[in-house]
Amino acid sequence: MPGNHPSTRRRFLETAGSAALAGALYRVTLQPAGATPAMLNSAIRNLVGEAPLRTGKVKLDIPPLVENGNTVPMTVSVTSPMSADDYVRSIHVFNEKNPQPYIGNFHLGPTSGRAQVSTRIRLADSQKVVAIAQMSDGSFWSASIDVVVTLAACTEEL
Amino acid sequence: MASALINVPKRAKRGDVIEIRALTSHIMEPGYRRTAAGEVVPRDIITSFTCRYNGREIFRAELFPAISANPYLSFFTTVSESGKFEFEWIGDNGFSQTASAAITVE
Repeated sequence: MPGNHPSTRRRFLETAGSAALAGALYRVTLQPAGATPAMLNSAIRNLVGEAPLRTGKVKLDIPPLVENGNTVPMTVSVTSPMSADDYVRSIHVFNEKNPQPYIGNFHLGPTSGRAQVSTRIRLADSQKVVAIAQMSDGSFWSASIDVVVTLAACTEEL
Repeated sequence: MASALINVPKRAKRGDVIEIRALTSHIMEPGYRRTAAGEVVPRDIITSFTCRYNGREIFRAELFPAISANPYLSFFTTVSESGKFEFEWIGDNGFSQTASAAITVE
C-alpha cells in the first residue's frame, strides 16, 4: 500500500466490517477537542450544583440508531401536573462527545400546560445524551439515552 | 434570506393546551468545521428563541451549536384569551428575526 493513508475502498470495507460486527460507527474526520464525559459531568454540576440529581420523571426520545448526526429528532417530556405550584421550570439537554457538552436549555412555566419540547439536534459521535428537568420546587430529575450515530456532525470538512 | 414558519392553531377553547411549532431558516454554523485549507469556519448560530403571548414570555430557549441547521422547536402552552403570539430569534453577527401569529380563544 503506497502512502500513509489506506485507500477509500479499504477504509470502506473496514468500516463496513466493523459496523457489521459491532454495530459500530466511524468518524468522517478525526478532530481533537471533543467534549469528554468529564466535561459532561462538570456541565451538569454547573446546573444542579450540590442538589441531588434523581433519575425519573423525564422521558428522552431519540432514535437509538441514527444514520445522519446532522439532524436527529429529539423530544423531551416530563411528568408533571403543570399547575401553578407544581410545574417544570426548565429542561436542559447535554451530550457526552460533541465539541461542547451543551445542546439546549428550554424555559417553561406554569402556563405551559404540558412539559414537552421537541427539536432537532446534532451528534458528532455515538454517545450518551442526558436531559435534566428542574421542577418548581428546585428538584432535578434526569433521563439519559445512548445513541449510535453512523454519520457524524459538527466536525466534518467542508 | 431568512424566513420563519410558525404553526399555531387559529382557534382554541379557553383552557386548551395547544402545541406551537416554529421553524426558521438559518445555517447554524457550529464553528468547529474546517475548510479544506484547514481554517476554522467561524461560528454563526441562533443563540436565543423567545415566545411571548400577549406580551408575556411563555417559552424561551437557549440554543447551542448542537442544534441542527434551520432550528425547529415545538412546545406547548395553555391559552386563556384571544391574542397574539410573538416569536423572536436572536443570533450571532447581529441576527434578529421576529414573527407573530394570532389565535382566537372562545
